[in-house]
Amino acid sequence: MTEKQPLDGDAFYNALMEAHSGLSEAESHALNARLVLLLANEVGNLDVLTQILSCAGQD
Amino acid sequence: MRYDYHQFETRTPPELGGPGQAQDCYDVAIIGAGPVGLAAAIDLASHGIASVVLDDNNVVSVGSRAICWSKRTLEIFDRLGVGQRMLDKGVTWKVGRLFHGDDAVYSFDLLPEDGHKYPAFINLQQYYVEQYLVERAQQFPDLIDLRFRNKVADHTDHGEHVTLKVQADDGAYQLDTKYVLACDGAGSPTRRRMGLSFEGQTFEEHFLIIDVEMPESPFETETPERWFWFEPSFHPGQSALLHKQPDDIYRIDLQLGPGADPKVEATEEKVVPRLKAIVGDKPFTIDWMSVYKFRCAKLDRFVHGRVIFVGDSAHVVSPFGARGGNGGIQDVDNLCWKLASVLSGKASSTLLESYDAERLHGANENILNSSRATNFMTPKSPIEALFRNEVLRLARQDAFARRLINSGRLSVPCVLEGMALQTPGAGPVTSGTAAVDAPLADGWLLEKVQGQFTLIGFGDVALPVVDCARLGIAQQHSDYTCIEDPTGLALQRYGEGIAYLFRPDGHVAASFSHPSTEMVTRALRRAQGLSPEKEAAA
Repeated sequence: MTEKQPLDGDAFYNALMEAHSGLSEAESHALNARLVLLLANEVGNLDVLTQILSCAGQD
Repeated sequence: MRYDYHQFETRTPPELGGPGQAQDCYDVAIIGAGPVGLAAAIDLASHGIASVVLDDNNVVSVGSRAICWSKRTLEIFDRLGVGQRMLDKGVTWKVGRLFHGDDAVYSFDLLPEDGHKYPAFINLQQYYVEQYLVERAQQFPDLIDLRFRNKVADHTDHGEHVTLKVQADDGAYQLDTKYVLACDGAGSPTRRRMGLSFEGQTFEEHFLIIDVEMPESPFETETPERWFWFEPSFHPGQSALLHKQPDDIYRIDLQLGPGADPKVEATEEKVVPRLKAIVGDKPFTIDWMSVYKFRCAKLDRFVHGRVIFVGDSAHVVSPFGARGGNGGIQDVDNLCWKLASVLSGKASSTLLESYDAERLHGANENILNSSRATNFMTPKSPIEALFRNEVLRLARQDAFARRLINSGRLSVPCVLEGMALQTPGAGPVTSGTAAVDAPLADGWLLEKVQGQFTLIGFGDVALPVVDCARLGIAQQHSDYTCIEDPTGLALQRYGEGIAYLFRPDGHVAASFSHPSTEMVTRALRRAQGLSPEKEAAA
């Protein structure tokens, strides 16, 4: 992936972990699914999303 | 080669030495002769302020304990007269290398540019640091009264002074002092006596620290680095950290998980197989080991009347990031010039409020960073472990994911931008930033900007007459000293034609493109906590 504007990685990661804090595994799965859909909407570009899907799918 | 512990000499304190020997009231009593208390005594002495240092012990730190000393700490220690000695003995490093399993994920360079007197970090055992500081303190026999095996049993703050009750080998005595610096560590008896709340996050994980002496390096690199593993095969499911110290001693730090029994783990029987899994058949001997848990906590205020908390007594952090000892030395650097100004009548005691504000800001930053690092290292749920592992996996290809890996955000100088003493300025080095070093024709910039208020002009800018030291860099003026900038780095870092006002702790107080006497004086008074205009003489 190409780099965009620098993200405060530690602050983001901390917020993400806090969002999951206290959730059951099923609730965390559901949260992650909603996050993916919301972020996809933010990206808003099918070419980019296809590229990201391929990137994430690599083992 | 193991460290050779010596007992410091103890003397009968003047209070027990017969009538007329003791002083009525000391300026400063320092409780605790660890790195923070000793540095404070030397710093105060450098400003001409006398102190009594009281410690319940008479040897340096047993065990290596704090080993990673940051560039900023070395620069402060340079001003105190021990920086070069620490650099000469210490192991210099700047690269941190991260592993996931047995594969290298990536590495980071903490000081990728030249032109600095001190490196990003050195590793040096706390016992050496304390020894060097004691020996340096002994060079001020008229200003530093070191009293080993003098345990402070109680204190009473009378408002204008504090009475300490002290237990020495020769008996009990009392002394009066204008200020007390509580440098008595994480378990601070002073803090407990005062019943002050010390709140924060406790981490349940246990960690095992082992110092091993090995003639053959366990590193595969030529130069020493900081190596950190997530889930290595030699220590499944946990993290591990490796550092080199002087005298062929290596620090190995192993995460043990929350269920570990410290008594069982800190035994040769348990530790030797763990070490053999890491270093293989290379011969080693165990020098020191310790099992610990930690927390991140702080006081709400560091200044309590005439008692001022400095270092671990004021705030504690997890060790990943080297923010404990280095944070404590920044406390000393921030406090001592202010306390010296107050005691010599140049500033009012309200200046000490800025120590509270500026170092609480520093402590919050250290706690935030070390809590996040510890959280990343010790996932508390399956989902946290999942995210952590996927970050590590993505990081092998994607640069963005590398920034999310947190094995400790290593101590950097605290920036005091926007706080009360600083005047926003014109230069590229923002007000509140600690001095950025550069080589000069005559030594290093950091040697010129610390110790007293100093106005420095870089390039084509004339310095007005002001009530502080002045220095020109890469300029020619007849009424103050000027030094060449042979590499051009000083001008490159500070900007052509800019003048900077530095505080005695080397932080930028203000900067100007066209400094006048009035502008600099206003910034200077603000940095000393004084009202903008001089009050008319009564």
